[in-house]
Order: sequence, then C-alpha cells, then structure tokens
Amino acid sequence: MAFALTAVLGQVPADAATEIVTPEVDWSAFMPLLVLIVGAVVLITVTSLVKQRLVPAVPALFMVIAPAAAVAAILWQGDNDDAWRFLVIAAAVFVWSAAAMSARSERPGRPVIGYPALFTIVTAAAAIVVSLMLWQRVTDPLDGPFSTLNGSFGVDGFSVFITIVILIAVILAALIADEYLRREDQDGPELYVLLLLSAAGGVVMAGANDLIVLFVGLETLSIAAYVLAAMNRRRVESQEAGMKYFVLGAFSSAFFLYGIAFVYGATGSVNFIAIADFLADSYLLKNGLLLLGFALLIVGLGFKVAAVPFHSWAPDVYEGSPSPVVAFMASGIKAAGFAALIRVFVLTFGSYRGDWQPIIYGLAVATLLVAAVLAVVQTDVKRMLAYSSINHAGFMLVGVQAASDRGTSAVLFYLAAYTFLVAGSFAVVTVIGRTGDQRHTITEYRGLAKARPALALAFTVLLLAQAGVPLTSGFFAKFEIIGAAVDARSYWLAVTAMISAVIAAYLYLRLVVAMWMQAPDEATVEAGDALEVPWGSGLAIGVAVTVTLVVGVMPWIVLDWADKAVPVLTAVTGG
Amino acid sequence: MIVTTAFTLPVLTLLVLVPAVGALLVALVPKDRGDLVRPLAVLVSLATGAFALHVLANFEAALPGYQFESEHSWISSLGISWHVGVDGISLFLVMLTALIFPIAMVATDPGHDKKAYFAWLLMLEAGCMGAFLALDLFLFFVFFEIVLVPMYFLIGQWGHGNRIYAATKFFLYTMFGSALMLVGIVSLVYLVARDTGEITFDLLRLSEVTTDASVLSPDTAMWLFAAFAIAFAVKVPIFPLHTWLPDAHTEAPTGGSVILAAVMLKLGTYGFIRFAITLFPDAAYDWAPVLLTLGVIGIVYAAIIAAVQKDLKRLVAYSSVAHLGFIVLGTFAFTNQGVSGSVLQMVNHGLSTGALFLLVGMIYERRHTRQISELGGLQKPAPILAAVFTVVMLSSIGLPGLNGFVGEFLILIGSFTTARWWTVVATSGVILAAVYLLWAYQRVFQGPAEGENAKVADMNLREIAVMAPLLALIVFLGVYPKPALDRIEPAVDRLVERVAEYSDFSQPAVTVEGPAGAEVEIEHAPAEHGEEEG
Repeated sequence: MAFALTAVLGQVPADAATEIVTPEVDWSAFMPLLVLIVGAVVLITVTSLVKQRLVPAVPALFMVIAPAAAVAAILWQGDNDDAWRFLVIAAAVFVWSAAAMSARSERPGRPVIGYPALFTIVTAAAAIVVSLMLWQRVTDPLDGPFSTLNGSFGVDGFSVFITIVILIAVILAALIADEYLRREDQDGPELYVLLLLSAAGGVVMAGANDLIVLFVGLETLSIAAYVLAAMNRRRVESQEAGMKYFVLGAFSSAFFLYGIAFVYGATGSVNFIAIADFLADSYLLKNGLLLLGFALLIVGLGFKVAAVPFHSWAPDVYEGSPSPVVAFMASGIKAAGFAALIRVFVLTFGSYRGDWQPIIYGLAVATLLVAAVLAVVQTDVKRMLAYSSINHAGFMLVGVQAASDRGTSAVLFYLAAYTFLVAGSFAVVTVIGRTGDQRHTITEYRGLAKARPALALAFTVLLLAQAGVPLTSGFFAKFEIIGAAVDARSYWLAVTAMISAVIAAYLYLRLVVAMWMQAPDEATVEAGDALEVPWGSGLAIGVAVTVTLVVGVMPWIVLDWADKAVPVLTAVTGG
Repeated sequence: MIVTTAFTLPVLTLLVLVPAVGALLVALVPKDRGDLVRPLAVLVSLATGAFALHVLANFEAALPGYQFESEHSWISSLGISWHVGVDGISLFLVMLTALIFPIAMVATDPGHDKKAYFAWLLMLEAGCMGAFLALDLFLFFVFFEIVLVPMYFLIGQWGHGNRIYAATKFFLYTMFGSALMLVGIVSLVYLVARDTGEITFDLLRLSEVTTDASVLSPDTAMWLFAAFAIAFAVKVPIFPLHTWLPDAHTEAPTGGSVILAAVMLKLGTYGFIRFAITLFPDAAYDWAPVLLTLGVIGIVYAAIIAAVQKDLKRLVAYSSVAHLGFIVLGTFAFTNQGVSGSVLQMVNHGLSTGALFLLVGMIYERRHTRQISELGGLQKPAPILAAVFTVVMLSSIGLPGLNGFVGEFLILIGSFTTARWWTVVATSGVILAAVYLLWAYQRVFQGPAEGENAKVADMNLREIAVMAPLLALIVFLGVYPKPALDRIEPAVDRLVERVAEYSDFSQPAVTVEGPAGAEVEIEHAPAEHGEEEG
C-alpha cells in the first residue's frame, strides 16, 4: 500500500520503495484522543455483549480508582505547578461522587446515574487528566509545544485548552442526557458513544496542523453530531433536525474541502507550517486562488460555528435535537469550530490578515445584530437559546477578528465560560421539557419561581450571565472580547457587539419575566405533572452556576490558563 | 491625604460588605420565621448607617483629596483593584444612601415575598454604596451595572399594573448606556496602556495622564467622554433619554421609587462629576454646551409635562427630571458655586423627592388610586399628612429657608457667570415647579372632601417617625448648609481647578469672590425663613 502510494506520488525512487518511511509518532500527543476512542469502543462493545444490566461492581471499581488517582496526584513529585494536581483531585472527587450516586439508588434497580453515563463521565475525566499532563509539558519552558506525525498534529496550550473545554462539554452533556434517555425510555449507550466520538473529532480539530487532518476531525465530529441530532427516534422534529443538519452540514463540508483544494493550489501544501512559511517568504503576484480558498474555508467553518449568514440551520436543529445533545452542540462543537478558525486564519494565514479580517468583521457584525434581533421575536425557548448562541458566536468572531494573542485568549475565555452557561441552560430546558421533550414554549416557564425557586434562581443566574451582568463569567468574557477588539483598534465593532448584547438582553429578560413576574398558564397547571429535577441535571446546573459565579468574581482562574494557551505552529517534534 | 494604616478599620469596605452579607443573611432566614425578615434588614441597614456616621464624624473637612482610602488588588493581571475612597463630593451621597435605605425599609411593606424584597433592597444598598465609593473604573462599572438587577426585580415583582414593561425598559435603557461606557472604559485603559505600558483601571492613576495630549488626543477624548456621557445621561436621566424614568417611577413599589429617585439617579450625576469630567476635563468643557442645552430643555420640558399629569406619582417623576436638569446645569457651568450647588442639590433632591414619593405612597395606600382627579380635600381628614406634604413640596419648589433653595440658588448663581442664557431659561423652571406642585397640592388636599376622600386616615406614628428625619434634614440644610458646604467645597474646588487648568475654560473674574458671595446669600436664608413663618 505504501509502495503504491509512494510510487504514485513519485517522490520516492523506485529502489528505495522497499524501505517504508513512516513518520515518527509521539503517542503522548494522542493520549486524550485515544482515551476517548478506547472509551467509546469499550462502551459499545461491553454493552452489546452484556445483555443484562452491568453489575454494581463497575461503580465500585471507579470508586476505588478515583481515590487512587487522587492519592497518586498528591504523592507525585517533580513539578512545581500545583494547578493540574489540584484539577486531578477535583476530577477524582467528581468521579467518586458520580460513582457513589450510581451505586446508591433511590429506587431498586434504578441507579441515580446510569452506567453508560457514568462510564462516559469517567472516560472524559480520564481524558482531562491526560490533557492536563500534556498541558504541564507544553507550558514547561524546558519542553514547550511540539508537533508530531511530520508536523501534522500539534500540541500546544491552545489545543489542550480546547480539548479540555470539549471534554467538559461531554461531561455536562452526559449528566443531562442520563435522565433524559431514561425518561424517553431510550436508555442505551449509543448517545454516549457518539458523544465521545464527536468529541474525539473535536480534539483532532483542536490539534490539527494540517488541512486534511482538520477535515478528518471536522467530519468525525460532524457525522457523529448528525446522528446525535436525530437521536430521539420518537420525535419527528428530531428526525427533521438530523436530516437538515446532515444535508446542510455535508454541503458546508464540500465548501470546506473545495477551499482546501484552492489553498493547496495556491501554496503547494496542506500543512499549516509549510503554508505559513510559504506565505511569509513569498510574495504572490496573483493571489486570487488563495483568496478564493479563504472564502470557501470561511464558509465551511462559519457553518460549524453558526455565523450569519451560514446560521439558518441552527434554530431548526437546536429546536428539534434532543436537549442534552444541543448542550453539547452549542458548547463542544462551537469550541472545535473556533479552534479551527483561529488555527487556520489567525495562525496560518496571519500574514494575510489584511485580506481576511474585513470578511470576519462583516460576519461578526451580521452575526451579532441579526441573531440579537431575531432572538427577540422567538417564542420557543430552544430557538431563543439557538439565536442567543449565534449572538455569542458573533462575540467570539470579534475576538477572532482581532487576530492577536489577546483576541485568542479572549475567545478561549469566552468558550470556557460559555460552555458552562449553555450546558447549564440546556439542562434547565431539558428538565422543563419533561417527557416527550416537547414543552419548550416560553409559557412553560411562567411561575417557575413559585413552583421551583432554586431552579428558577439558577436559570436566572445563567441567563443574566449570558446577558453580561457583572460578577458573572459571562460579563468577564464580554469584557475580554471588548478589550481585544479595542486593542486591535476595532472600536466600532466593539460598540456594535455591546449594542447587540443589549438587544439580546431583552430575550433573557423575557425568560426572567416569565419565571418571576408572571403567573403560570392555566393550561400548564392543568397538564400539571410535577416537575422533578433529576440528580444528573441538578448536578450539571449546580456546577454551571457555581463556575459562573466563581469565575465571575475570580476570573484569573480561567484567565491565566487562557493567557498561556496561545497557539503556536511548531515543527519541533516531541521526544 | 490621610494614609490608612493596616490597623484602621476598612470602614468603606464595610459599607459595601455589611449590606451585601446582610442580603445573604436575609435570604437564609427560614420560611416560617418571616417576621424576622424586616427587623433583620432594618438592623443591617442601620449598622451600615452607623459606619457611614463614623465616616462623617471622622471626615477632615478641609482636605480636598480622598479619605479612608483602601486598595487591594483584585484582578492583578489587568490592573484591577478594589480601590475605594471618599471625598467631599461622594461623602454626602454615601450619607444619603445610608439614610434613605433604612427609611425605605421601615416605611414600605412589600405585601408578598418579603424575604426576597428585603434581600434585594440590601443588595441594592451594597451596590449603590460601592458605586459611590469606587475609585477604580472597573469596580465602578461593576457596581453601576449590578444595581440594575435588584431594581429590576423590585419593579418587576412588587410594582403596579404595567410593572413588567417598566422594569424591562428600565433595564434595557440603562444597560444600553453602560454598554457604551464599557467600550469607553476599555478603550481608555488600552490607549493609556499603549503609551505608559501599564494596564490600570485606577481612576487616580488614569487621571494623571488623561489630560496629556500625547496620550489621548483631543479627538479621542471627545469620543471617550461621549461614551461615558451617554451612560450617565441615561441614568440621570437627561432629555431625550429620560423616557424610562416616568414608567419606572410610576410602576415601582413605593420603596423602589424612593430609592430610584433619591439614590440611583445620583449615580448618573455623580458619574459625570467623578469620572467623565475628572478624566476628560477638556472634552467635558467642549461638550458642555450640548449638555447644558439638554439639561435646560429637560428643566422646562419636564416641568411642562409634569403640570399636565393626571397621575400624582407620574407628576413627581417628571419633577425629578426637571430637578436633575438643574444639577446638570450647575455641573457643566464649571464654577465653584455651580458644582458645589449641584452636589448639594443631589442630596437635597434625594431628601425632598424621596419624601414626596413616600407621601404619594401613603396616599395610595389609603385611597388605592394615584389619579389626581379622584383625590381632593385630603387636608380635612388628614391634616398632618397635608402639613408634611406642604413642607416637602415647598422644599422641592425651592422656597428659601428649606434645603431646595440653597442648592438651586448656588446652581443659578454659579452658572449665570459662565452659562448666562442657559441660566436665564432655566430660571423659568423654578416658577414652573411652583406651578405644577402648588396646583397638584390644591387639587389633592384642598377643596371639599367627598366620599372615600373624607374617610382618609391621618399619618400614624410609624409614618411620622419615618418622615421626621427627612423633615429635620430638609429644614437643617435649608437654614444652615455651612457644615455640608464646608466639606463639599474643597473637593469641588480641586475639580474646578483641574478643568480650568486643562481646558479652555477659565474662571470668570467675578467668581474670585465667589465663595464669600455664596455664604452671604446663605446667611440670608435663615432670615427669609423667619419671614416665611411669620
């Protein structure tokens, strides 16, 4: 096979064909990816082979492993940064409590958290731990960022940061999905497996240093997401969402692929390092091919992050997809999309920023304003949050437009903060949607403060944070974006962004009004099935609210990480 | 400047923390002990008041700079710190906040969801205190914006008929202003950092360099001032950004209206003096004609609108817009008397309009209507109410001998020298105020009392106790404003000098004798007061 390939490419002389030169692989770079994929494979295999429910030994096993990991982290010698050690312990505590919840059931035969969800959480937590080890390595001044596979996959602070954000999105989505699936009577491992695979695609995108690798990641992420959207077999809207997402997504992938072809044609390479070097060294007399490539790549990635005018799928897909899946789409998939956007444009095409910045500028303005205005007139809460998520994407585009380290750090902070905000919000939406995942009009939220004050308060915090009220992570995220825009002298873009935030605030206020200031609809009262907040969703909401408030007061917790997570293109291979 | 040592009480920090912690405590009161909520909330706000009194008692009157300063790094990588301090300009606003909140808590009854109501009030107090004390732009912005949330819920949950519309409008208007200010603040900080290499949000450090044309070009300063000015103009509110105010005031519960009028509107006028003018004196001077014109339009326009209101509460709300127009006039005249008068008038307006809203609330509780046409002849069944209303109303009109006169007079004197024609037009506002308030009084309290109006109960002991401190201060500041002015003037002088130094503005020759002239006028006040009573 290698023979045939090299012969076709004609790069290797025929007599050397017997010596197959494979690129060196630094497996440690792929550890988070491998953990996810192995986890997914194990999950699908074991649940397919074992017909009856898993024995309680599984959570018991995790309950042993988690403290062991914590102890190992405490005893670990030989580094002076405590941050990751602290996080390992936190992850261990988290896994331990999830396992404990799983083992201790309220009703016989019904664990508080199902095994597939627990397994997914543990897998993602393990991937976070190995990511933290990578973080330790790339932020160490002696080691630093590196790339592997002939420089086609890079590991730097940026890729690790995005990886962790995606993994957090997986954990939160799994927590929400658990009760959802049991409620819909569709309990099974499929959703979790797809979640892990989609996340694996996102991790590839985060580290891709090569357009083809990026495309592979994008497709892995997307194809899993198409199926996830159509996951609820009984809801025709879910089927419609999956179909729509698939057709439009495939269309955008074609654009993206076409863009790759043009960029390859213009620069002679698909590798980011080679492209960047080529663009830095040579002056293109005719750059039409390259600019066309830019445009097509922007279309492809703009679709993934739902930037206007490539956004029209988002409200329909968000409305139809299972609510826990939307939590992942709006956080994890968005994070992967922005990772690609920054890596490709800010980093690789940095020397051509004068050409692509105006396009991103225009996209950002359109995204901010169109989403904010359209959000105001929605009556379906999932559609509302879909437009709100488009508006947030507009803010992040402002950070991309800055094309600076500050802008990148602001986008990362925004992604980290927004992941918790949106996952928490969709956890509330999942709870309110109740069996059938149908009850999503804003009238369902009326009088929630009376019926469920804690839930209403939590949702209010998440909504006000999205509106950008101070002392929440959402405010600081916007603050950072504005700082990056101003630093890049895009003053009017900053003003536009803030005005769109005010327009969008009306949307969040409408929900707050419904919860606190309006009496419940009579129809809702009559339909009257009691609102139960399941453990998993409750935990997800609690974590989201806590992080939102703590990061709002102590933003440096995330800010220091985001500042260190500057992407680099490096051909240095790790040892 | 007094240097705070490690051993002194961080009293200003406590002014913010005590009500904030109090709000949490109130929220944690168990459900079945609802009776504890109000006493606890009042106690916390009184404790805050005690700290404020401590500040007042130990305030060095002659010092122009910030006192009781304390600074702790908050977000060090961005040069953001918890920097609080008080000077003559903020001192009395802090006192006003400390006074109005316990009064509002004692005077008003939410009717339902008591716990949330008092918790929000305490959070609001913490936010207002923080905004008046902050000397860090980021910190100020946080407080300036965070006060929206409690007030939004107060209006939306405990307000009258159209409360949801009013609350949402209030939130969005103010947020619009602060959105622009945020861009302004961040732009300012990064522009300065580009030059000095140091990112800081500290007001004192920024104001050292913002006057330097090599750091901020005059054009940039103009834009930045505009960004700040719009935020404050919405909050004040200055015509034509005032339309949220009548709705918010009218639909808010009494406690909300009192605090909104007495304390929160001052965030706007205070913001102009403390931040917009201090940071950009030159741009402020260049923008002054615009703001003076809008302020004066506000005075006359709001007075005329107030005169034709059918709703008593709405009438008081429009009177607020007119009064704040005077404060804007005095501020942008940039003379010692004008600015001192404005600062004093902020306090005066807080006392008299706060009291007016309380009184309107009392009338509403008795009659369940605010329509002037449905009221009448209330002075027969409720003479004390009528008497108190008269004094407060006269203070609001600006009758010599009561506090409103001192402030208004200083503003008019101060602005006449530098903004003559604006002042001439504004003076008509004084007469118009008399027209709409006296006419309203006539319709509500005089004439025959018929039907329900004849059965109105007079003020009870609690209501008298609530009004007593306000009345005492209205008279005291009218008769003897010297202690207040002595503390306000050094800080104002410093600001006026700063404007004169860094802009084309120069103090008119007449005002060299200004302070003395002002004092002469003030000394006349008691005499006239005597005549009034005789």
